[in-house]
Amino acid sequence: MKTKAFSLIIICCVFQTFMFGQTEGMVFIKGSRYLPLYGRDSTVVEVKDFNMDIYPVTNKDYELFVEKYPKWQKSNVIKLFADDSYLANWKNNLELKDDQNSNSPVTYVSWFAAKAYCECQGKRLPTVDEWEYAAMADETTKDARVKPSYNEQILAWYEAPRSNENIIGESPKNAWGVYDLHGLVWEWTLDFNSVLITGESRKDVDKDSDLFCGSASLNATDLMNYAAFMRYAIRGSLKAKYSMKNLGFRCVQDINQ
Amino acid sequence: MTYVMFFFHSEQYICIEINRTILSEFNDFTFNKPLKNLSMKVNQKSKRKFKIARTIALLLMPLFFIACLNDKKEENVDTADISVHQEMIAELTSPPHVPTPVGARKAKKLIVKMEILEQEGEMTDGVKYMYWTFGGTVPGSFIRTRVGDEVEFHLQNHPDNKLPHNIDLHAVTGPGGGAESSFVAPGHEKVFSFKTLNPGLYVYHCATAPVGMHIANGMYGLILVEPAGGLPKVDKEYYIMQGDFYTKGANGERGLQPFDMQKAVDENADYVVFNGKVGALTGDNAITANVGETVRLFVGNGGPNLVSSFHLIGEIFDKVHVEGGDLINENVQTTLIPAGGAVIVELRVDVPGTFILVDHSIFRAFNKGALGMLKVEGEEDKKIYSGEIRDDIYLPEGPGIQTMPTTNEIVESEVPAKSFEEQMEFGKQAYMQTCFACHQAEGQGIANAFPPLAKSDYLNADVDRAIGIVLHGLTGEITVNGEKYNSVMTRQSLSSDEVANVLTYVYNSWGNSKKVVTKEMVDKIKNK
Repeated sequence: MKTKAFSLIIICCVFQTFMFGQTEGMVFIKGSRYLPLYGRDSTVVEVKDFNMDIYPVTNKDYELFVEKYPKWQKSNVIKLFADDSYLANWKNNLELKDDQNSNSPVTYVSWFAAKAYCECQGKRLPTVDEWEYAAMADETTKDARVKPSYNEQILAWYEAPRSNENIIGESPKNAWGVYDLHGLVWEWTLDFNSVLITGESRKDVDKDSDLFCGSASLNATDLMNYAAFMRYAIRGSLKAKYSMKNLGFRCVQDINQ
Repeated sequence: MTYVMFFFHSEQYICIEINRTILSEFNDFTFNKPLKNLSMKVNQKSKRKFKIARTIALLLMPLFFIACLNDKKEENVDTADISVHQEMIAELTSPPHVPTPVGARKAKKLIVKMEILEQEGEMTDGVKYMYWTFGGTVPGSFIRTRVGDEVEFHLQNHPDNKLPHNIDLHAVTGPGGGAESSFVAPGHEKVFSFKTLNPGLYVYHCATAPVGMHIANGMYGLILVEPAGGLPKVDKEYYIMQGDFYTKGANGERGLQPFDMQKAVDENADYVVFNGKVGALTGDNAITANVGETVRLFVGNGGPNLVSSFHLIGEIFDKVHVEGGDLINENVQTTLIPAGGAVIVELRVDVPGTFILVDHSIFRAFNKGALGMLKVEGEEDKKIYSGEIRDDIYLPEGPGIQTMPTTNEIVESEVPAKSFEEQMEFGKQAYMQTCFACHQAEGQGIANAFPPLAKSDYLNADVDRAIGIVLHGLTGEITVNGEKYNSVMTRQSLSSDEVANVLTYVYNSWGNSKKVVTKEMVDKIKNK
């Protein structure tokens, strides 16, 4: 059964790659080297060129997906791959609850589901480094992390309730042409659990420990770390089968050659 | 078992040793000291005296034994070895209330279910704030345990919440105080368990990064671990916790105010309050007691930054469990509560009246909100407190009149009132902040000190004069409703808008002449 499922995924992915143009609804992100917020002192990471979805995946997109792949429907999903909250805002396998908007980002999806969705489009989930790289841009600058206005905006979202119910594309796109990286929902990343936050934030500050995330940032005066730390904290609290109200995703694609 | 037996024996031994020491001291005093000092006559007398004392001491010795044995029975057991019987769901209470005392109950498995809610609340009139809470209140629900309890802690993060949270209980012996084991994503519940080993009053708080922000938004509370047999019985118990808040707008600026990170880092608080908001313990929310009762306050300080100089105006703390631990200090005026610390204070209230709880770092009390009230009802006792006996005239040379910043320095309110209703609303807010202390809630004033504003002939006679008084202050004798008043009102730090609002409110309340005062009228007087 399992092998069957896997081969199905592989087949559909290969098939999809041939079917569609690779960049529809995506923008090109020029790779570079940058210092991520969780990095040790002077540890720079390199991000290769990639395409990124302009919008987060919406409820409407996801409806088409589950129609095509019934195994990801609410009642069919394997419990190992999604917890009981999976698609909790849907009234049945194919339809959203009436009070939900089809143009809102899809939420209540597990990492497994998000990963399968992207693979079926011939895409994949972004890595943490890729996601953070694209998300450090504001409307005009590709690295806006030092601007107080940029930080304030992100933090204001953390305090605004029910933002997951808003619809995509309402706030301005960033310098890459990507919408809603901040402001609607948290987003799954491929390696969300590779940055080890224990939840004991003070322990994470310890430079001797393997849990390196805090060492460079918590003692810094760069207030941006607050916003970033909250993102790493939410990622650290997740397990791959969790499905949550404020957590959605978008896909990226490698550039061939 | 052998271990415990040995312990018993050694304790007995110590008791015997103590008794011996007492006796030998008597011997010393009886035989040696007098010889060195005084005449034989005195010597004989004192010798007889001490002989009697010695006999009494010898007779009392068996009692010492029993006392020692009784005392040690409970204490000798390592608190980790206290066995638990039965399960119980913990009673959790919102401030200022506390759960039922543990009394004589045995140690139990105690199930605590704590829900985390991120929700909007009111910081003060017209100012909203997004609080992050344990149990829907700031401070979070009060947890009451006894030593030896096995606490099974369920931390539930509501699905509507945006952020992961956890809990670090200072009463926990273990890494992170439970923080690591309780790190929970929205829509999930984490369970961990701990045994309460040390009696005392402890703070709990969220320790998720950025930890300062989680605390600054209200994620703290108190957990009490009572000793075996419970704390001594008192008549009233209350739960109070101080916290500092940092908002984007200045103190009093209306609307939903976001958290201001820079101010928090600079430790420049806009609000310092008891129980999460201005006025959580004043007026109708005041805590109460009756004359002759003993009141116990469980007081914590969530911080995140400021240390509290906790003081109760007009009372003295009979007993203070210093820093919430075993050490008891007596007759204390002001006790220091560190951020992330707590204290238990006890006092017997002897006279009726309203007693004000403050952080005696006093600008916090009067300008930032750190003020609460304990209202005591009952018979007066003139022996303890007479009240005012006489009012005499005292005129020193060169009376110094306080000056306040001039109104020209005051920035105009960003949100001017658009209608009469808004003028009344804003005016009332300004009144409660600025005028209430002297002129009182219903404008009735205070006899012989502060003239009334209600049905005031002086006020209604001349509106320009009234504007002038608010702008520039007033000193000297005036007659209001037939009574003479002679005191000082300082000029008030209000913008023209605010003066217009507050006077409109006063003129349209309490039977006054219903005049409407505009900003233009105020500016006219100001520029005269």
